[in-house]
Amino acid sequence: MFAYIVRRGLYAIPIMLGTVFLLFFLFNFAGDDPALVKAGKHATAESIATIRAEMGLDQPWYVQYGNLLSQIARFDFGRSWNTNLKITDMVAEGAGTSFSLTFPAFIMSTLLSMIIGIFVAFKRGTIIDKTIVTIAVGMQSISVLVYILAGQYFLAYKMGWFPISGYEPGIFERWGYFALPWVIWLFLAVAPEMRFYRTVFLDEMYQDYVRTAKSKGLDTKTIMFRHVLRNALIPILTNLIISLPFLILGSLLLESFFGIPGLGGLVVKAIANGDRPVIYALTVLGTIAYVIFNLLSDIMYAVVDPRVQLK
Amino acid sequence: MKKLASKVKGNSLWSDALRRLLDDNLAVVSFVTIVAYVVVAGFVSLGWMATSWQDQIGASQLPPSLSNGFEYIMGLDIFGRSVVLKTVQGAYTALYVGLVSSMISVPIGVIMGASAGYFGGWIDDLITWIYTTLSNIPEILLLVAFATAFGKGIETMAVALGMTTWVGLARLIRAEFIKHKNREYVAAAHALGGGHVRRIFRHILPNVLHIIIIGFSLRFVVAIKSEVVLTFLGLGMEIGEGSSWGLMISDASGELVQGIWWGLASATMAMFPIVLAFSLFSDALRDAFDPKLRT
Repeated sequence: MFAYIVRRGLYAIPIMLGTVFLLFFLFNFAGDDPALVKAGKHATAESIATIRAEMGLDQPWYVQYGNLLSQIARFDFGRSWNTNLKITDMVAEGAGTSFSLTFPAFIMSTLLSMIIGIFVAFKRGTIIDKTIVTIAVGMQSISVLVYILAGQYFLAYKMGWFPISGYEPGIFERWGYFALPWVIWLFLAVAPEMRFYRTVFLDEMYQDYVRTAKSKGLDTKTIMFRHVLRNALIPILTNLIISLPFLILGSLLLESFFGIPGLGGLVVKAIANGDRPVIYALTVLGTIAYVIFNLLSDIMYAVVDPRVQLK
Repeated sequence: MKKLASKVKGNSLWSDALRRLLDDNLAVVSFVTIVAYVVVAGFVSLGWMATSWQDQIGASQLPPSLSNGFEYIMGLDIFGRSVVLKTVQGAYTALYVGLVSSMISVPIGVIMGASAGYFGGWIDDLITWIYTTLSNIPEILLLVAFATAFGKGIETMAVALGMTTWVGLARLIRAEFIKHKNREYVAAAHALGGGHVRRIFRHILPNVLHIIIIGFSLRFVVAIKSEVVLTFLGLGMEIGEGSSWGLMISDASGELVQGIWWGLASATMAMFPIVLAFSLFSDALRDAFDPKLRT
């Protein structure tokens, strides 16, 4: 097991270097010269040269790439062009806010989707199954933006049940502002997640051990909860771990619509302002988080499921 | 002898699948819907439809009315332009983004997946590394990075979507090629002197073609939905570049408070059937080709 963890960890290194290199290439070489972008429209050749030297862009590419890796290791991404704040501080502050918004929402949507998913898988092939799945596909055919706009307009503006937007830093005070984003989150997340869990449960229900349990004379409830649910927990747990980095990154759209100062809102603002270092830093950090959590989920998979071959 | 052989000829995978698709009402309705949108988009691109969508034809933000004629049934926008015509133009934009992105992403996915699965060894390692790398960057951030690098606009967005959405298809194709490459029919093709290219394209590829078609159809779902979100984020179609459902829905974020709902409603009502049709049609295709479901 230890050897497997080490090997899997080593495998993550080329992946990490590759993802960082791809982003490095996109930001520094693929498009416009970042020095020109920063210098703005009325730049002189001199000022561009100064900026280029400041940003280290006059160095050969491998030195620049090395600099980026060292920035990541030191967790220091310089300052925002827009606010001149340290990006690391902005990220640290936003990550907590985002997580406190997305984590409870994620737990609620996961539980709800699992319950519906089990129910629908149990009723497979019937008219109830087909109706619920078709409704879910239909719900997914409406743009995310429409749910947010409609929710904000009807539930907050027209009915006045929720604040239209806003935020207070207190851990309990913020919940009032999170309530509506949570409701909208459920509308957005339950349809695709329910379909995912339905497939997971359906895959398990046709396994040999279910047939054996049935032939032993066990009733459906015992089979579903004792046997199927336990086995289905493996893909469910993996899915949970894989989702964590996205929860930290927050929801770009919900945060920007409801004025919640998390990482998602930060990305949207940075795009609008052309704040390259912030976009760069968040993309790199998001990617690294994803690689790490991917690694964790693989290791957990091996720990939980003895059938996984450790080679 | 020859007559007998033709008599006992079994149904091919394709004729069976086609029969199942035609039996499935939902699949037929979905397909007809897709064809209808494609025809509309084609007419728009040929300049036969909605050409005058930029004309001011009445007062700013005139509410929908049935009495004035077709152009007025979904009201007018802030510049007095017909919302219906903008929506029709938007259908062209949506299918354009879908077509461009899938024309890029499907061939990349197929070539990457096929070579990885067929050749194995270091080629497989390299391609697996490339797509694992790509898929480890959260999709929305990758698109943001692409747009930051290559600039904004609908073409960049379509290309970026194409370059970033091929990984899933590549994985499926790779797995199929690994399964197929050691089968007897491939060995027979080899024995008869068929080279790698011939074995890949003439022999194995037809057996996985249905996966490619499903992938093509699903790319449209992703593309049409992504267009809206990316345009809202300021990475998609820019104002003055044309009309898109993303622009119409983004505009609504300021208009809704003033009670102007028709732009949002029109774009949503146009988007819903086509996205639903592509999703349901993809599912129906999968069911039709899935040998496990054969009776």
